[in-house]
Amino acid sequence: MANFIVTRLALTVVMAVLATLVIFLIANTVPGDPVLAALGDVAASNKEFVAEWRAKWGLDLPLWQRYLIFLKGVVQGDLGISIASQRPVMEDIAQFAPATLELATVAFMITLAIGIPLGIMAAVWRDTWIDHVARMVSLVGVSSPTFWLAFIMLAIFYGGLEIAPGPGRLDAIAMPPPSVTGLLLIDTIIAGDWETFRDAAAHLVLPSIVLAAATLGLITRTMRAAMLDCIEQDYVRVARAKGLVPWTVIVRHAFPNALIPVVTLGGLAYANLLTGAVMTETVFSWPGLGRYTFRSAAALDFPAIMGITLIVAFVYLLVNLLIDISYAFLDPRVRL
Amino acid sequence: MSAVSGEQVRPVAVGEEETSGALSRGKRWRKRYGLAAAGATIVAIWVFIAIFAPLISPYDPTAVDVTQRLLAPSWKHWLGTDVLGRDVFSRLLYGTQVSLTASFVVVILGAAIGTILGGTAAYAGGRIEQLIMRLTDLVLCFPPIILALAIAAALGIGTMNTIIAMLVVWWPKFARLAHSLVLVQRSQEYVEAAKSMGLKHKRILLRHIIPNAVGPLIVLITLDLGNAIMTFAGLSFLGLGVVPPTPEWGSMVAEGRELVQQWWVATFPGIAILTIVLGFNFLGDGVRDWLDPRSANR
Repeated sequence: MANFIVTRLALTVVMAVLATLVIFLIANTVPGDPVLAALGDVAASNKEFVAEWRAKWGLDLPLWQRYLIFLKGVVQGDLGISIASQRPVMEDIAQFAPATLELATVAFMITLAIGIPLGIMAAVWRDTWIDHVARMVSLVGVSSPTFWLAFIMLAIFYGGLEIAPGPGRLDAIAMPPPSVTGLLLIDTIIAGDWETFRDAAAHLVLPSIVLAAATLGLITRTMRAAMLDCIEQDYVRVARAKGLVPWTVIVRHAFPNALIPVVTLGGLAYANLLTGAVMTETVFSWPGLGRYTFRSAAALDFPAIMGITLIVAFVYLLVNLLIDISYAFLDPRVRL
Repeated sequence: MSAVSGEQVRPVAVGEEETSGALSRGKRWRKRYGLAAAGATIVAIWVFIAIFAPLISPYDPTAVDVTQRLLAPSWKHWLGTDVLGRDVFSRLLYGTQVSLTASFVVVILGAAIGTILGGTAAYAGGRIEQLIMRLTDLVLCFPPIILALAIAAALGIGTMNTIIAMLVVWWPKFARLAHSLVLVQRSQEYVEAAKSMGLKHKRILLRHIIPNAVGPLIVLITLDLGNAIMTFAGLSFLGLGVVPPTPEWGSMVAEGRELVQQWWVATFPGIAILTIVLGFNFLGDGVRDWLDPRSANR
């Protein structure tokens, strides 16, 4: 077991270093010119000015030297300075991360709260209308473009019915609570400001539903498949034969075992929400990492793009590591 | 439209003879092939629209007429007009061309590159296998959209650049699948026989092994076409992808995203994406049920 974890950990570190190399190469060997993007046409035609600017940002050094500087920075938690915001990329990411974390977490809870019961019901009442509805919900959820769904929800519930608040995390007139965690739901509770808490919660409803829609299908179908597998197992048949109430068999015997694949997949789905956040946040003007990513890409802000891609890749690697380790705990065969 | 029919015609497990035996032949056909047929029909309609867009479109998709801007859907403009007075219906029809072409190119090329790399890795083994599969792992450790976004941003706006960016993130899943499929085939006796007959490695891999492993690859390709349309539209929505004024669904939604009152500008292109992706998902699901009867149980 310890051996497995150490090997897996070492592999993750190697992959992380290689990931930094990939990011660096993308940003530094492609034709897009950061000088032109940052300075504009007029300033870029002034040779002296450009040379000075290149020296300031270290763009005149050889490629390998720049990579080592970049790698050293990454190790020290320094991802460079954003060209657009003129602040350290790490600071930007730290500022925008809580909004995305809050959104993704709420969306993930919605996914689980709907997907797990729906998957179980689809398996238990297989081939009935419940199963068909579950299948349609997952297929339509997976097939809806996130950015479009976000628009439709805004148009109907904010523009049309006027029952949902508009874009953003809070109303324009609301006073944000003193920042402790950066998560508005928690900060408002700490401050005891229930009015702002309600406002923040109301603003979360639409974007989190939109974000949950795409993952919902994945969770529902995995839950259904795992549940069907378990229902056919001998121990479930034995439990039934003993005369246990059908729902007791489902909830106490089949469900815990069927949950294993869902838990491992859930980790990946959670990491995926971070990507879906790019679309959702852009439409809902949500001040999180997703919108930051979009803005950086639009402005060709390479340090910011590199930084964010790297951080997300690290999160991915970490989640995969945790999934593999949890697999080893849950399934003894992996350890062999 | 097809969403309703698709719900009723979910294919049933091949093993369930006792229930399907009681059904009429037509019902059984619908249960087994209905979903795939519905998907194929939707896809066929969209392909038809893509090919004949110039003939069906009532207006020039790029013709600007500011006096006609933001008109609600009417008999004159079925789906209304956008900010520049362009006919949304015509733009939607033309948009099919870019979306379908881009996704076909990405998926077919991605599948070809991935299959050849993954197949070679499994067939060759040793260092080559290590090198290719570690490279695959490396690309897969990035979230696809974010990596494609970074590459597309670096390359610059444009359909070709976006396709390249998508290709970079697209091949690894095919490489991984082909790798596992070829690994299974490699130990089969017919490969042994082909080798003893002195056939070249390239010929054994391309003419004998890959055709035998092609089923799951086809399923992944079908399901992936919808995925590719969605990703391309997403990147266009974010301002990469096509160069304006080329009509494209993702960028059409982007143009209308702040027009909550003029809902038609963004709503219809989104419905177009939804239906075609749904079509490919139905088709892929159906194809999977045929090729792998066990998956019908899932």
